Amino acid sequence: MILRAPETVSFTTSGFCPGCGHGLAVRLIAEVMEEMALSEKLLAVLDVACGSLAIDAWKFDTVMAAHGRPLPVAVGIKKTRPDHPVMAYIGDGAAYSIGMAEMMHCGIRNDNIVAVVINNNVYGMTGGQCAPTTLPGQKTTSTPYGKDPDISGMPFQVEAAFSGFKVGYLARGGLFDVPTINRSKMLLRTAFEKHMAGDGFCLVELLSPCPTNLHLLPVATMERIRTEVTVYFPLGEFQNNTREGK
Amino acid sequence: MSNDILMKGNEALAEAALAAGCRFYSGYPITPQTEILEYMSWRMDEVGGTFIQAESELSGINMVMGAAAAGARALTTSSGPGFSLKQEGISYLAASELPAVIVDVMRIGSGLGDIAVGQGDFWQLTRGGGHGDYRTLVLAPASVQENADLICEAFDLAEKYRHPVLVASDAAIGQMIEPVRLPEPRKHDVDRYDWTMKGCQKGDEPRKFQNRYYTDPGYEGFLRNKYAQMEAEEQRFELVEVEDAELILVAYGISSRVCYEAVEIGRERGMKIGLLRPITLYPFPLKAFEKTKTAKAFLTVEMNILGQMVDDVRLACRDSVPVQHFGSIFSIPDTDDILTEAEKILERQAKQS
Repeated sequence: MILRAPETVSFTTSGFCPGCGHGLAVRLIAEVMEEMALSEKLLAVLDVACGSLAIDAWKFDTVMAAHGRPLPVAVGIKKTRPDHPVMAYIGDGAAYSIGMAEMMHCGIRNDNIVAVVINNNVYGMTGGQCAPTTLPGQKTTSTPYGKDPDISGMPFQVEAAFSGFKVGYLARGGLFDVPTINRSKMLLRTAFEKHMAGDGFCLVELLSPCPTNLHLLPVATMERIRTEVTVYFPLGEFQNNTREGK
Repeated sequence: MSNDILMKGNEALAEAALAAGCRFYSGYPITPQTEILEYMSWRMDEVGGTFIQAESELSGINMVMGAAAAGARALTTSSGPGFSLKQEGISYLAASELPAVIVDVMRIGSGLGDIAVGQGDFWQLTRGGGHGDYRTLVLAPASVQENADLICEAFDLAEKYRHPVLVASDAAIGQMIEPVRLPEPRKHDVDRYDWTMKGCQKGDEPRKFQNRYYTDPGYEGFLRNKYAQMEAEEQRFELVEVEDAELILVAYGISSRVCYEAVEIGRERGMKIGLLRPITLYPFPLKAFEKTKTAKAFLTVEMNILGQMVDDVRLACRDSVPVQHFGSIFSIPDTDDILTEAEKILERQAKQS
């Protein structure tokens, strides 16, 4: 078997942990860019922490923004270079906690950028603390007795929060078996197609394994996503709107 | 435009920024800078640029960061509390080697303070108001004309050093109306520099905007040299009647405008008084102090309580003579009050010598 990957994926030592979903997501994005002939056009923005390691895992012009701020950085880039695809690649902490205001206002304005949100139910780089996406009862280093929804709230569902306004595209995929990985690639492709058509804010959330912080083997981590995480985070396409009068 | 016209300071700054080729603005309303945002909201559209009223100053400065990385001349403006929120972004701009211009139309106080005139942000402006090892060039206009001139220079300096540049305006300079000659419009090409984001061509190295602590073993020397170059090349100042002056007022912005009059009246009364006006607050104009050898005392005139500029003046004159502070809050310093203080200092010096 010959290992093939797009030229925009670096064959260097990756900073990602074994079994992490970031490597899969990076590769899917690179494949979609290659298939859409956008590899030389994509302008990317990363958050800090685990996702920031992508700066050396791919070969796209990339800004590493402050925690929670990649969305406004992407907006600034897109307004300056409107012909380019512009993507913010962020974790669930950036998307739904420290960057929640930025996330909501990108949705409200329907800013024409792509957001890829890697949802692994924890803060990864800082060692596995509770996130807005942590499941009820889930033990983390900051909820050692399990997350109590009466204290920390229920897992944040972006499709519910965005139900009051229209965005270009809103979908959730998984990175836990071959069918969901292949399906996630199609979601990413749809997001970039709609983005290039000017349909507005296109968000794809990907349920991603973090064996390191869940203290599980990679396969068990993926199995957990299927059996436990998708209960709170259903897979699917939630919004697909065309911008009128564009 | 080559004729003088009457304009409000904030609006002249906005129009001059457009003349400098600025085509990206994002900000958030806060008094006394809001006229800049309002002016940009209609004028930016006319010149084909982008105006965004952001959901917060945090978002505003980060939109500027993106626009700067993509090659635009990008501007954001704020005041006091909002300027504090921008510090995160300014630190990231400095660490990522990105040029941008940030205006602080100063108001009074810490916390909420008030919307009245003030110059209490000197420390925050000149010491690098965010976290980490950086400083920013700071230009301090003292007139509507300088609001226009220095905003243009700020964009040039930002690109020269690939660094954020701050403009320290104040409520009075921003709100007052004076004649101004606007600069000739210039075009800025977003592809002017190779380092801006434009897509990585096959076989090329991608452009990365991140901390160079990770990637550049020569970063320490690079950073020290960058600030050394700023300090060597970018000191700006104005000297008024300092040749034989025994007391030298040190003031910038609106406070310096009052000091011109204080020097004029003081000289009529036979006082040996002069004015040193820093135009760059960082780098502080040390070179100006080579021309103040007859000084027996310095008096900083600033609209704050703690005398924030005193430390820099003491360093600049190497503590060779006393440095005092004349502060005012809620109002611009009064000429007579400055002269009364000046007379006291000169009498004390005469007794001692």
